[in-house]
Amino acid sequence: MRFRNALLLGAAISLLSGCAMGGGTNAPPASASNNNAASATPASDPVNPNPFPSTYRAYPSQPTAIVGGTILDGEGARIDNGTVLLRDGRVEAVGGADLAIPAGYTRIDARGRYVTPGIIDIHSHLGAYPSPAIASTSDGNEATSPTTPEVWVEHSVWPQDPGFGRALVNGGVTSLQILPGSANLMGGRSVVLKNVPARTVQGMKFPGAPYGLKMACGENPKRVYGSRGRMPSTRMGNFAVNRQTWARAAEYRRRVDAGERVARDIGMETLADVLRGNILVQNHCYRADEMVQVLDMAREFGYRVSAFHHAVEAYKIADILADNHVCVAMWADWWGFKLEAYDSIPENIALVERAGGCAIVHSDDENQIQRLNQEAAKALAAGRRAGINITDEAAMRWLTINPANALGIGERTGSLKPGKMADVVMWNGNPFSVYTRPERVWIDGAVMYDMYDPAMRPVSDFELGQPGEGDTK
Amino acid sequence: MSGRLFARAAALALLAGAAIGALPAAAQDVAITNATLVIGDGSAPIAQGTVVIRAGRIVAAGANVTVPQGMEAVDAAGRYVTPGIVGGFSRVGLIEIDAVDGSNDADASESIYGPAIDIAPALNPLGVPVGVNRMNGVTRALVFPGASAGLFDGRGALVDLGSDHNMVTRAGLFQYAELGETGAERAGGTRAAAILTFRTLLAEAAEFARNPAAYDGRSRDALLNRADAAALGRVLDGRDRLFIKVSRASDILAVINLLRDYPRIKATLVGAQEGWMVAGEIAAAHLPVIASALTDLPANFEQLAATQSNIGRMRAAGVTVGIGLVDDNETHRLAYARQYAGNLVALRHVAGATGLDWDQAFATITSGPAAAAGVDDVVGTLRPGRVGDVVIWDGDPLEVTSAPAMVWIDGVAQSLVSRQTELLRRYMEPREGNLPNAYDPR
Repeated sequence: MRFRNALLLGAAISLLSGCAMGGGTNAPPASASNNNAASATPASDPVNPNPFPSTYRAYPSQPTAIVGGTILDGEGARIDNGTVLLRDGRVEAVGGADLAIPAGYTRIDARGRYVTPGIIDIHSHLGAYPSPAIASTSDGNEATSPTTPEVWVEHSVWPQDPGFGRALVNGGVTSLQILPGSANLMGGRSVVLKNVPARTVQGMKFPGAPYGLKMACGENPKRVYGSRGRMPSTRMGNFAVNRQTWARAAEYRRRVDAGERVARDIGMETLADVLRGNILVQNHCYRADEMVQVLDMAREFGYRVSAFHHAVEAYKIADILADNHVCVAMWADWWGFKLEAYDSIPENIALVERAGGCAIVHSDDENQIQRLNQEAAKALAAGRRAGINITDEAAMRWLTINPANALGIGERTGSLKPGKMADVVMWNGNPFSVYTRPERVWIDGAVMYDMYDPAMRPVSDFELGQPGEGDTK
Repeated sequence: MSGRLFARAAALALLAGAAIGALPAAAQDVAITNATLVIGDGSAPIAQGTVVIRAGRIVAAGANVTVPQGMEAVDAAGRYVTPGIVGGFSRVGLIEIDAVDGSNDADASESIYGPAIDIAPALNPLGVPVGVNRMNGVTRALVFPGASAGLFDGRGALVDLGSDHNMVTRAGLFQYAELGETGAERAGGTRAAAILTFRTLLAEAAEFARNPAAYDGRSRDALLNRADAAALGRVLDGRDRLFIKVSRASDILAVINLLRDYPRIKATLVGAQEGWMVAGEIAAAHLPVIASALTDLPANFEQLAATQSNIGRMRAAGVTVGIGLVDDNETHRLAYARQYAGNLVALRHVAGATGLDWDQAFATITSGPAAAAGVDDVVGTLRPGRVGDVVIWDGDPLEVTSAPAMVWIDGVAQSLVSRQTELLRRYMEPREGNLPNAYDPR
């Protein structure tokens, strides 16, 4: 069932249902790092803010010049016949044909090709709902209480999910956020990963990325808990439980920040860090009216929503969302699988863009994550057909800098700017075409995929010794 | 609102006036000229082609076709003109919203009936998904029953997506059976039990067919009631084609083996994610396949070898293949078949992969599904005698940025207005004006 995450069938739930900052090639942590929480915690009650630190290290790389391609830099600029220099895992320089290429650089011919930042999926359940999708691996929803801010999805993520590799080779995805599911109003902490295979989740964790808190509006929480005869069984119940929980979190935070001794409450630690601005709210919400109510609730308790996810009715309130500086992560054309997805229109993303909002294309799906560029192309074309003129270079932001900013990693990746991580895709044509594929993908400057080299594709442990091992998938 | 946006909104408003619920009358006779004409049979596009539709059917299509005297002609201005997309696996018309039970007529797993369930009377031609798929160029579809309690889910139909009150082209066209993991579960737990059950059900159907009056569907041993026995009799003698869902290579071989005992059954495989591993055997057994094109993950233990090269490799082995959205977006987004076919074209550039050329890829979403259902004499190409389902596209029809400019179904020009275009019209400018948005100036 492809909708298991978005639709979240009740049946599916009951059935299945050291150095945080990395190595020398990594930039300092974003200002929103959860490490800030430490300063607010009294010394008498030390709480390690980062008990599962990233051990990700960039793989070895060569100084590289990608020459002659059409560059879409991820922040809305385009350079024809451009040159991108990568060195020591970073973007070193981006320019036109006149940009000098130092001696000793591996030269990549990008003529006829497009060069973009790596694709970033802000909404994935890879690893937590991995392939194979069986009861043994169904670890995305702790659907035993409507608020579970105490769970951290990284403890569910199985790094051997073959879906990570598919997202890399077919989709050019270099970073992604793994979220808990949407059964709960507060589903738990998310984790941001670099899409590089590793033995451990820590080995994939994006160094210094802030955590997110998954929240969910609407049908899913009320259905899951209402069907069990407990609160919430209505949308008003959803808000009541949320507000009561935020009120508790505000009190918890007040006591901790005042230096009072409190028994550790793992869930409240997460919510208090949301209120401190260290953890970013990623809010599953379909309907326009509910999103605006969530914005009021956020104001009431003094937190920000970083992004609404799914948001099929964002176009109805595109002006309000832009005024509130909330990013909006959307599908190009999913609709109709439940009532709150009934009013989806293909122009949704373009209308959010036109209103001056922060539009993002997300997948929520192990298949669609493999072609987010095509999803963006559909949204772009639907917008143009409706008379909304959006350039290719502007639309590339939907897949790169916009999700990076909504994840709090926009200073580190998400565009081809000097000093940023060298997360780069060279496409064999215009990425907004069905006929285009990732030809080569670099992550932190290291080549992780080459379309022409069958050895340059990850094969997960699960697929070893199985039919089709090592096949082009 | 800019002038251009306003013009667009006004145009949509004009269209809308004549749209929702207003059902067109008879087919017009029409010729479409100056087309990049795609016949849909795997042949290359024809430059400056013409297609002629008369009395709802194709009468001619090609390079040297003249427009009959007095017939209305539409100049395609060089754009692609193709047969409408044929949904190879769908539930369009059966489901409005998946998670709204009352609007979902796919599954009947609590019914006492299985194979006898004929989905045709449940179809709702005025459902929003019908209109949305239509405006995306899908003109015809194979509609499958959802789950039953047993191995045989019921009788599916070929439907049209025209804006009228009758969407049935061929009711009872085929029977749908599910083997593999699903069949094993329904048969009590194992694949072996499923195969035994399959054989026993068909034996009882044969017994019924020999002497219906004597068949005791209520005996303690009987697995089939009379209605279900009669329905399976239609499979046994080849009147209804049998679609069999199966994924794993060994399960496909088991089905091929099983079918040897039933020479009159006309069968088609559905899913066949590991079909590429036994493509030669599938071809030799003359089994067509409805496959989902881009499945490439080991979503379960019966498709560990799933790859996007599946269709390309099966086609290379000589298997007739149509794309279907098998357990995918089979109600709301049938036009994904276009995107999937386009991906198979792109796949040719990847080392070790097998894709399709453009002409073959386009055929997998028109004549491919039609041939897999045995109705390629009715639909799926622009050959003479086929239904008058024709689309003029604003670009390459396999490109995700393209959309239909005009659609005919059974020779009837179709409105491209849907609930989605109505919502767009209302919210092109979301801020309220002098009245709430609910007061649409029309």
